[in-house]
Amino acid sequence: MATLTNAPALRRKARRERLRTLGFLSPWLVGFTVFFGYPLLATVYFSFMHYNQIEAPTFVGLRNWRYVLEQMPLFGPALWNTLWLVVVMVALRVVFGLGIGLLVTRIKSGVGFFRTAFYLPYLAPPVAATVAFVFLLNPGTGPVNDILGNIGIHAPNWFNDPAWAKPSLVLLSLWGIGDLMVIFMAALLDVPKEQYEAAELDGAGAFHKFRYVTWPSITPIVMFAVVTGVVQTMQYYTQALVAGKLASGVSIGPGSVIQPGYPDHSTLTVPQLVYSLGFQNFNTGAACVLSLVLFAIAMAVTTLLMRKRAGLLSAED
Amino acid sequence: MTATTALSAPSAPARPAAGRSPAPAARRRAALHWIAVHTVAIAAALFFILPFVFVFLTSVMSDDQALSGDLWPTEWNWSNYADVFNTPGFLDWWRNSLMYAGLGTLFTVCSSIPVAYALAKFRFRGRRTAMIMVISTMMLPPQVIVIPMYLVWAQQLHLSGSLWPLIIPMAFGDAYSIFLLRQFLLTIPREYLESAKVDGSGELGTLLRIVVPMAKPGIAAVALFQFFYCWNDYFGPQIYAAQNPGAWTLSYGLESFKSAHSVNWNLTMAATLLVMAPVIIIFFFAQKAFVEGVTLTGVKG
Repeated sequence: MATLTNAPALRRKARRERLRTLGFLSPWLVGFTVFFGYPLLATVYFSFMHYNQIEAPTFVGLRNWRYVLEQMPLFGPALWNTLWLVVVMVALRVVFGLGIGLLVTRIKSGVGFFRTAFYLPYLAPPVAATVAFVFLLNPGTGPVNDILGNIGIHAPNWFNDPAWAKPSLVLLSLWGIGDLMVIFMAALLDVPKEQYEAAELDGAGAFHKFRYVTWPSITPIVMFAVVTGVVQTMQYYTQALVAGKLASGVSIGPGSVIQPGYPDHSTLTVPQLVYSLGFQNFNTGAACVLSLVLFAIAMAVTTLLMRKRAGLLSAED
Repeated sequence: MTATTALSAPSAPARPAAGRSPAPAARRRAALHWIAVHTVAIAAALFFILPFVFVFLTSVMSDDQALSGDLWPTEWNWSNYADVFNTPGFLDWWRNSLMYAGLGTLFTVCSSIPVAYALAKFRFRGRRTAMIMVISTMMLPPQVIVIPMYLVWAQQLHLSGSLWPLIIPMAFGDAYSIFLLRQFLLTIPREYLESAKVDGSGELGTLLRIVVPMAKPGIAAVALFQFFYCWNDYFGPQIYAAQNPGAWTLSYGLESFKSAHSVNWNLTMAATLLVMAPVIIIFFFAQKAFVEGVTLTGVKG
């Protein structure tokens, strides 16, 4: 295409294009370096330091790492709770979200009403939704247990029972399923109609149609929902913290030092432990170790996401 | 294009009977199917709607009744809402939430558009690496990097106790918005951009005059997402604003509101609805853009 005789002009053009690209990318390049690259390196640095945010940091080698991984009493429960939530919450969200998605595609009357009803809770700010659920499920004063009692069901203590606190959080997250519903609905409407008709001609029942027509077509979206769900749940923080604090009934404001994870550390997640270590106990080193553990798990999941593609990077990239 | 059909379009019409009217047995089966689907749908809808209803009903009850587990208010205390607004600090929280969400959205949109455009339309070495880095940032739990960032903002820049440590970084692009906008910009045909260039438009001119007007729905979706993200954010304000109640946002203040009114569930529920209200009102006005954004993240690739 271009003539070979005009090499200097071509080089000038290439340089101009490089500068143009850099110019357009510059906000993000600065942001990535300052707000991602720097803090990540600093987190690694602090993980080898003893630092209480007042005196100068001193090098302690692997002491923070040993402390967190071998001795810290709350590390085990926090990791267990986070993994429990990742498995149970993500699985149920995907199943329930798909169920609601299927339901919505089959509704014939009042579609607009039902779709909006299923979607609205997703928009509720997490703090507001959590405050509302702590009230609704409050064993003494909440309406839910009152109703259940009236129809003869002995209701659990929800957020106040260590065995029920995490399931209560799952219930709260199922209420906010709207985003998954929309994604699944779009995927379900994309399944080619002819395939259903062909399957029907072959005498396929509802189950076979789902298994052999619907499922293969929506697998990438299910994959996407699972992976992003895992990443989101690993960051699970606000709802667990607010629910624990409010259900404990302790009448103190934010920023107050209380042991997180009420009741019995059953709602303590890894991100809460990072906050507690770094901003309440001022054990910067241990908090940074824990951050890096979280980072390692998040990166493993992200790598899986890239490998499986899951709709995030297209082939042309 | 499924994005726009998601919430607004009616469902596909029932398949017409092939030529003749259906047999009575088939008609009865269809009717039973209709009843079954709608029964399940109504049951599900109750699960999604009743919490809002109970919260609202409690918000107008008297102090005592709100503690009783009653469902229906004996008297309607609309003054509860006035009491919430008269609580010291509540109006400040509104102002702070609006500032955080408003400026945050403005900064994010302005800084993310050029980056998304370059990633979608420029050919350069390292483009794939750049995309992987954007996605990695998107996936990074905020807790991983918060400690060193806090130390910089608090100890070097002395800006803790304000929302600026949350707002300023948004002037440098936001990974999620960049990703979403890029997915949207990929759908703009290259020919439009090339014809603009033939007409002598520079790259920046093309971006402002051709791409931005064409990408309005995508930009609207990103703006809404960012606004809601800031409005809902609890972790950020907790890190930077906790020490200074004058800098709290609604999402952060709500929990302390409950703690301060430890027995007043009615006022707390009124405040809860007031925190939800802007988001839900905006949604009803901008439903299409919002749903488009959700669909775009999940389905387009």
